[in-house]
Amino acid sequence: MRFLRRLIIRLSNFATGRRADQRVREEMAEHLAFQTEENLRAGMSPAEARRQAALKLGAAQAVREQHNAEQSLPLAENLLLDIRYAFRMLHRSPGFALIAIATMALGVGATTAIYSVIDATLLHPLPYPHPSELVRVEANLPGVGAHDVGLSIPELKDLQNSGIFQYVSLSFFGTNNLTGSAQPMSIASKSVTPAYFAVLGVDAQLGRTFDPHDATRGFNNEVVISDGLWKRAFGADPHILGKTLRLDNDPAHVVGVMPASFRDQGPNSEQRGTELWAAGGFADDPAPPPMRGTRLPFETIARLQPGLSPEAAQGRLDALVASLKKQYPADYPSQGAWTLHLTPLAETLVGNVRQSLILLFGAVGLVLLISCVNVANLLLARASARGREMAVRQALGAARTRLIRQLLTESLLLFVLGGITGFAVLFCARKFLLQFIPESLPRLNDISVSWGVLAFAIVVSVAAGTIFGLAPAWLTSRLNLTETLRQEGRGSNGSRRRSRLRHVLVIGELALSLVLMVAAGLLLRSFWDLFKVQPGFNPTRVTAIETSLPNPNDPKTDIYRTATQEAVLLREVLRRNRTIPGVEEAAVSDQAAIPLGHGQNDLRMTPLLREGQQVQSGQPPLIDTLTVSPEYFHLLGMSLLRGRLFVDQDLEATPLIAVINQAAARKYWPGKDGKGEDPVGMRVRLLGRLGRARPEWTTIVGVIADARTESLADAGIPQIYLDIYQRPAKFLAYYLRGQVDPAAISAQVRTQIQAVDAELPVYRAETLDDVLSSSLSVRRFSMEMVALFAATALLLASLGIYGTISFLVNEQSREIAIRLALGAQRRNILKMVLRQGLRLAAAGAGVGLVGALIVSHLMAGLLYGVSPYDLSTFAGVTAVLTSVAIAASYVPALRAMRLDPITTLHAE
Amino acid sequence: MKEKPDVLQGTLALMVLKTLDVLGPQHGYGIARRVEQISGDLLAVNQGTLYPLLLKLEHEGSIASEWGASENNRRARFYRLTATGRKQLQTETHDWEQTAAIIARFFKVKAEDLP
Repeated sequence: MRFLRRLIIRLSNFATGRRADQRVREEMAEHLAFQTEENLRAGMSPAEARRQAALKLGAAQAVREQHNAEQSLPLAENLLLDIRYAFRMLHRSPGFALIAIATMALGVGATTAIYSVIDATLLHPLPYPHPSELVRVEANLPGVGAHDVGLSIPELKDLQNSGIFQYVSLSFFGTNNLTGSAQPMSIASKSVTPAYFAVLGVDAQLGRTFDPHDATRGFNNEVVISDGLWKRAFGADPHILGKTLRLDNDPAHVVGVMPASFRDQGPNSEQRGTELWAAGGFADDPAPPPMRGTRLPFETIARLQPGLSPEAAQGRLDALVASLKKQYPADYPSQGAWTLHLTPLAETLVGNVRQSLILLFGAVGLVLLISCVNVANLLLARASARGREMAVRQALGAARTRLIRQLLTESLLLFVLGGITGFAVLFCARKFLLQFIPESLPRLNDISVSWGVLAFAIVVSVAAGTIFGLAPAWLTSRLNLTETLRQEGRGSNGSRRRSRLRHVLVIGELALSLVLMVAAGLLLRSFWDLFKVQPGFNPTRVTAIETSLPNPNDPKTDIYRTATQEAVLLREVLRRNRTIPGVEEAAVSDQAAIPLGHGQNDLRMTPLLREGQQVQSGQPPLIDTLTVSPEYFHLLGMSLLRGRLFVDQDLEATPLIAVINQAAARKYWPGKDGKGEDPVGMRVRLLGRLGRARPEWTTIVGVIADARTESLADAGIPQIYLDIYQRPAKFLAYYLRGQVDPAAISAQVRTQIQAVDAELPVYRAETLDDVLSSSLSVRRFSMEMVALFAATALLLASLGIYGTISFLVNEQSREIAIRLALGAQRRNILKMVLRQGLRLAAAGAGVGLVGALIVSHLMAGLLYGVSPYDLSTFAGVTAVLTSVAIAASYVPALRAMRLDPITTLHAE
Repeated sequence: MKEKPDVLQGTLALMVLKTLDVLGPQHGYGIARRVEQISGDLLAVNQGTLYPLLLKLEHEGSIASEWGASENNRRARFYRLTATGRKQLQTETHDWEQTAAIIARFFKVKAEDLP
């Protein structure tokens, strides 16, 4: 308490600058007078009396200093003085200050930029209350190699009653047609069990969300809409609640509007952009009857009981699984080894972006490190220039700790100014920079340059300033006083130690930039290989335009229920599309078949039953299933290897047929000797996705060559193609090949489609070239960023080596002048200096290669088509680094060579 | 030169407080004289060090000060004990006596007294 009072008084004295010097002076004068009188009375001479009084009082100056220190906060006062002095020093050498601050601004700015991305995506991926309670539940059958097979409704009930979770919800992403307004729209929507919003813990801004205890078996006709849809389609109508929408021709009542800040969760940007949620029990039409064995291929998310860790929950879940298996042995055959697995929801959302972001953060961290090293190097160079100043200060009695404190203040000031500058530039350029981030990045909209990011920038600068300012400060203040004062810094004991440190720093810089350059080189090679890969289909001049047919809950109201009904529409739209100017060919498929497109990922995998082959535990393999029109293969240039393709005579009434790709032939018909058997003529059953469709035997009529329509990086994904005139598809994509007007094509196709059915939405016209290029966007982004960082690193490292060699030449100018005066060849001087540069480069490259090997091993997962130890990349990068290092030392070497011995020796 | 014992340095504050308690308001010189008189030569500290200490005690609220006139009509700064200071003096005196008693008992003890 007393201490606090004292501290507060001192603080306020410090802040107001109140001094007590006058007071202590007066008091001491007083004291002396009293004592002198006393001494006089004791019989001393006046002079002696004053002398004795002064002696007894002690050193007046020290007392005053002590008194002043007590009055205020000497530490803070010194700091202020140091800062003022540091500013003055920076002002005196503006060039140095500018370079150092710019370097740090670059390093901290770049690191902070990447941090702001990571902050939003990796650190705070879930914008919901208590995000750590949110988990994804995945049902696996590891015994038959099947993952994420979904839950059945009875299993969902079991989870809800288990006591492990507060709420559990199934959800299923898709699109719905919203009709009734001026233009039919296709809306990203989720069908969810009513507990969905209770799981996320978010409430509506208007109206309500679903009642988590709603037990409707089928769809309950309640929908919640997003703020965006509310404003866009309904003009933010405040009386929207209770209004009826027509969704896929079904009536749906709006019960709530979500707040503007709400974003749905999901692994891709389509799902995160969901605008409409419909609630249902999935236990009645259109879902199959709720049997324990009927798994719905939906996503399951849940909120754990408060305080329950995912590990503990997993333990209790395992016990539940074991007891269910005992209770229903028929539904869980032992060879399937059914398990339920919990994953924190945050982890499932970031997915493959995590690795790229960590790589970027690593890369930018190296850039930061290199900038720090560069500034430390500059500080060391200045240290020799300030040797005399330090010596004089020490000679005048400054303690070494005091000098270090002051030097540290100076470097901290530099680093923090740099950091703040970097942050300011980032802040001003944030809109511009955000354009470069690929749209597929999760939570792109939540990236912001916020207070947290500012705090990060400052913490990074202060930490860097302390770490990289300490060594130069230590070495600068370490002097041999007499020698330094006598030699005037012509090279002393301390400077040798300093130059050794400088060499280490430059070697470190070169090594770090080599690591970055190797990483960039490998990513560039991967990207280039992917870019140049033969996709197996021809995307040029192909435009894909999407539409979707209504999918009402009551099949009887579906006017496109059968393939024959739908074929009328498809053929008419195709015929009309071919009349659009410039169109040469047209085809149609379901959206899953858009090469490298987003597709309806939840729907495309279908269980495959082969005739004559036993299926283990009732869980057949899932195969990528695409539904296309006969023209699809020709339009995309996919070649037939065996059998035949679809023809116009294949109709709903004729036997069902399918075409598979080579990968499917290899995987599912390997033959007895492993050489492969001809799958043409084989029969398969494709189990209906919801178990609704009656599976019929389908005959394979042809095999096509593999095409990378699913992923550019993966050539061998098994695929089966069905004829769209035999199996109706709701989510369609029309393809047009030809010289079309990209600006008008969307409207032209819309006119043609809506001339046939005015209620169909038409959306998302893209050229396949664009689809192809955006499928590479994350790769391109990380490649470009790493390349940019590597270039920066190389630039900084070359500046570093340039500075060091120049400094060496300066230090050795006397020696060089003497050599020249004694008749040394100028060429030899040049060689001598270059050799020093080369030695540094070689050491840096050696250390860097080791680091690069480690890093490239770690990033193997991000590479495609290139070995992480690719010799040509390593060799090329080393060559580049060495030549840059030599070029950077060439300038000071030339200066050394042209040294005039006479002036140099005179100047000393 | 023999070092002055540290423990006495640390208790200077206590001596100042006690002096003010006994003698009432005093100026710096008066306090110094009194401390010197009572402690004898044992505590011949530089009298100047008293002033930072007085400031510290004042910041802590144990004493207060104001300008006044001395006995021979000179301007001097007078220090007096505050209520807080009095309380502080009481507790510290008590603590000090307790410590001293314990130490004294240790000095008195002989080997045969211990069981």
